[in-house]
Amino acid sequence: MSLMDILMIVVPSTLLWAAPLVFTALGGIFSERSGVVNIGLEGLMVIGAFSAIVFNITFVDTFGSLTPWISILVAMVAGAIFSLLHAVAAITFRADHTVSGVAINLLATGITLFLVKLIYGKGETGIISEGISKVDIPILKDIPIIGPIFFQNTYWTSFLAIIVAIIVWYVVFKTPFGLRLRSVGEHPMAADTMGINVTKMRYLGVILSGALGGIGGAVYAQSIANNFSHSTISGQGFMALAAMIFGKWHPLGALGAAIFFGFAQSISIIGSSLPFLKEIPSVYLLIAPYVLTILALTGFIGRADAPKSIGTHYIKGNR
Amino acid sequence: MDYVIEMLNIRKEFGGFVANDNITLQLKKGEIHALLGENGAGKSTLMNVLFGLYQPEQGEIRVKGQPVNITNPNIANDLGIGMVHQHFMLVDTFTVTENIILGREITSGGRIDIKKAEKEVRDISERYGLAVDPQAKISEITVGMQQRVEILKTLYRGAEILIFDEPTAVLTPQEIKELIQIMKTLIKEGKSIILITHKLKEIMEVADRCTVIRKGKGIGTVNVSETNPNELASLMVGREVVFKTEKKEAHPKQDVLEVNDLVVKDARGVTIVNGLNLSVKAGEIVGIAGIDGNGQSEFIEAITGLRKSESGSVKLNGKELINHTPRKITESGVGHIPQDRHKHGLVLNYPIGENIVLQNYYKKPYSKNGVLNFKEIYKQAKKIISEFDVRTPSEYTLARALSGGNQQKAIIGREVDRNPDLLIAAQPTRGLDVGAIEFIHKRLIEQRDNGKAVLLVSFELDEIMNVSDRIAVIYEGKIVAIVNPKETTEQELGLLMAGSNRKEAGEGTHV
Amino acid sequence: MSKRLKGLLTPVIAVLLGILVGTIIMLASGYDPVAAFSALWNGVFGDIYSFGEAVRQITPYILAGLAVAFAFRVGLFNIGVEGQFIVGWLAAVWVGVAFDLPRAIHLPLAILAAMIAGALWAFIPGLLKARFRVHEVIVTIMMNYVALHVTNYIIRNVLASKSGDKTDMIHESASLRSEWLQSLTDYSRLHWGIVIAIICCFIMWFLLERTTRGFELRAVGFNQHAAHYAGMSVNKNIILSMLISGAFAGLAGSMEGLGTFGYAAVKGGFTGVGFDGIAVALLGGNTALGVFLSAILFGVLKVGALNMPLEAGVPNELVDIIIALIVFFVASSYMIRALLDRLSKKEVK
Repeated sequence: MSLMDILMIVVPSTLLWAAPLVFTALGGIFSERSGVVNIGLEGLMVIGAFSAIVFNITFVDTFGSLTPWISILVAMVAGAIFSLLHAVAAITFRADHTVSGVAINLLATGITLFLVKLIYGKGETGIISEGISKVDIPILKDIPIIGPIFFQNTYWTSFLAIIVAIIVWYVVFKTPFGLRLRSVGEHPMAADTMGINVTKMRYLGVILSGALGGIGGAVYAQSIANNFSHSTISGQGFMALAAMIFGKWHPLGALGAAIFFGFAQSISIIGSSLPFLKEIPSVYLLIAPYVLTILALTGFIGRADAPKSIGTHYIKGNR
Repeated sequence: MDYVIEMLNIRKEFGGFVANDNITLQLKKGEIHALLGENGAGKSTLMNVLFGLYQPEQGEIRVKGQPVNITNPNIANDLGIGMVHQHFMLVDTFTVTENIILGREITSGGRIDIKKAEKEVRDISERYGLAVDPQAKISEITVGMQQRVEILKTLYRGAEILIFDEPTAVLTPQEIKELIQIMKTLIKEGKSIILITHKLKEIMEVADRCTVIRKGKGIGTVNVSETNPNELASLMVGREVVFKTEKKEAHPKQDVLEVNDLVVKDARGVTIVNGLNLSVKAGEIVGIAGIDGNGQSEFIEAITGLRKSESGSVKLNGKELINHTPRKITESGVGHIPQDRHKHGLVLNYPIGENIVLQNYYKKPYSKNGVLNFKEIYKQAKKIISEFDVRTPSEYTLARALSGGNQQKAIIGREVDRNPDLLIAAQPTRGLDVGAIEFIHKRLIEQRDNGKAVLLVSFELDEIMNVSDRIAVIYEGKIVAIVNPKETTEQELGLLMAGSNRKEAGEGTHV
Repeated sequence: MSKRLKGLLTPVIAVLLGILVGTIIMLASGYDPVAAFSALWNGVFGDIYSFGEAVRQITPYILAGLAVAFAFRVGLFNIGVEGQFIVGWLAAVWVGVAFDLPRAIHLPLAILAAMIAGALWAFIPGLLKARFRVHEVIVTIMMNYVALHVTNYIIRNVLASKSGDKTDMIHESASLRSEWLQSLTDYSRLHWGIVIAIICCFIMWFLLERTTRGFELRAVGFNQHAAHYAGMSVNKNIILSMLISGAFAGLAGSMEGLGTFGYAAVKGGFTGVGFDGIAVALLGGNTALGVFLSAILFGVLKVGALNMPLEAGVPNELVDIIIALIVFFVASSYMIRALLDRLSKKEVK
């Protein structure tokens, strides 16, 4: 196998596995940058995956080839609504953010499986007929060398993820909204004295994390899994959390980390068909993302500092 | 009368506690108006009402003669009122410019126009003589520059009236001089200033008029040119300022604590104790006087084992103790009443009885072979509670339910009962009422009379002068003077604390 | 209303609210709540076999709950109980398979191995927290996944039996099962583990409330600064609490490995015991007695739920939903307490 052949397999596969992580990690950034810990990304992906698959199966005859994309929008809304539970609990009811996140995960798996059994009478849905499938991107695919590697046999969602990451970076670091969001996560009292509504900002942060988490789940379900069951989302949400941390809560950093984790995931699946990677026991690749995140947190790969006021409840009048 | 701000008959309550009781404050255009009162008198509350963070229960606020309703800081900003907070409201990871424009960002096409913002920051900064670096991160600049950023925040929003809340509490003497210059420049540019402070010297130097608040009530407004520090002080506390505690002559004996050339770094890595030399003898009380930030807190933390020392020697009864663990130090005969009783002194969620054995729970009779003996623990607790007049429903009541004064009495009881050779008391009467203060002073003197060495650190000069047998002045991490309280004045101490040398202060050299 | 009463009422109200919302969900989905709850009841108390299974199920819940609760009392969030549980399970089975010793030695050895494995797995996040101030939540979550993949790898490549996806059966001498218990409960998998679990409740209570070590651990959990000033070593206590917490979790794993199953199998995903342990600890207010009672509730719910599809046609996931809701309500207890305050004020008036 030539290097070219290897790249033509590895790159699209990496981007395929990375895309759901990117979306979800970006969502996590919005929530945590506003000061709300979001362990519930896993649950939000579950909701997204469920909504997308069910919508897809139900309405595929109405929308035809547009169905997967509309399903993603549906999942986005579903994720945003579900995340309101976390927002209300953590912000208004002053629940511990981590506990609320754990509850979100439990609730998401419970409710989605309950509904699957209710609707379909069995423990998993059928397979969708209109998923997100491989495409060759017109024009770009003919660029020498880069074309075949990046733009052939790849997925629109992978590029969508990269574009969204850039947009999120712009929003968080270049717009007034982003500045205010970050101020609320670092020093809510200072933001309050500058007339910023801390509660509103935090709700927005969590809702955005729900929306993006939902998209992440929908992308995963429709491009990789193609149906929904209790094992569809198993750890991707936590891996996205890890990517967010490893990327130091920076959209482009999270993008890079997610691509790296996507790489590890894809290699553990397709590694057996690649020359030298056959030798590496897949277990190393499977645990790589998690071990690296631990190292990043410990500062062995540079310090990963969370927003300063993360996890705290902002109570007015506490001077 | 040309008043820009009038706060008339303001009443502010917090669940039954009356923080402001019918207070009237009137600010003339172009004046510096001082708001004077002790800790907890209600000054900050009143200003938070003006700034829109609190709503008053009763009273009226007028801006330039018009009645207004200030329900949040944005409205205060729109009316031209800006607040420079005591505890800075700055985001450490943002730049100077980002902090200033937060909430009123300059945009072009949806994005923040950072270049335009930086230019505007530079313009305002030059106009008012407030030197800042627009691109520097807050975490990397000095405290003085951080305060200038706070001031710029208000000017950027077009403040005409600036409220300064205890601005000099965290500044070095040099920075204080700069700040006073800035305030004068602001007045020249047509602003009006309210200065919240409890520092008489600053009021005399910079203010035109002064309103005094005591325990939530307005006492009166005076022209600064027609008054003096003593009069202001009496108005502030409502009684003759200096009261003497009855005590006998001290008979100091041998050195108990010997500190030589101690060097300690603070949390930021800056050397804050800079070659400190001090000795405390058995049977005497040495009081350390100094402005907050000159190393006294770090010094105490170092000799009690809560902070690492870089070099030097700390000997207790001749035994070297430097950089030993807190437990080793307390077992060697040191008792410590910590500066922050809630942080270091007590586990608030434990019963007061268990807090009383916090230093020796691991010894007999309180425990045996690792198992606690609650009968003995609570027997001891009852003894301390009655001996030290700790008012509590029972020895099982959680520490957090007790008042500050009673918590402090329990701590003192715990420390004194262990019979330490050296007792360290750091801000022992902070936030306490007069009765508790008297009790604690009596106990300190009692220890001294029993032949113990007592080291007292306090920001209250009254306390230092009343209780100490010798006063050591700390300045920039060194002991710069040792004086006899009977032979000095508050004014001389103030000067020494601010760094003047002893000759200027009119004293010969003491050791 | 006294603080004590409020503290006791809050979890009860949370449970009732969870059940209430669950009932609403059932009604909205067209199921019969009465049938569902009676199926739940029958699923545990209907016959002696189900009862035995319920008691068996409670065992790991108690231990997982103790693990989470213990760490929480010292101010630490051990979300890694699932991973510590899995490694403990594997360690116990490994010893159970690899050696053949008299029961008096083999069984305790296997259990000890599980506790050590769990403790070691928790040691890493504990060390990182104590020395580097790294937040334990993320580290423990990551360690869960590492545990899952590593144990699967070991089972497949080191311990595999003929079927490749699970280990051999442990020797009888390492088993927690007993003929007598089984005959008592119509051949359910009830084993002696329940006794161990109850003993552990006592151990946790005694350790935390009656010893100097517990005095230090709780002090560190409440106020690290005061604990440091009182001469306690905050770092040592943090690490110790994670070790003990991990040991409890590993012990929970040994219950499954040596009692319920007798082998360890490759897992496609998490068992959920670790996360349920969080719910148990939370509802139990992080006390030994609370965990015990709360584990009973969860065990009953989980085992009873298995009967719901059979007898009432209701998916057993409904119980998972109710459990999640209970966690939500307990976490939002500030709201419940505020409500109780308002109600009790009305009564006074």
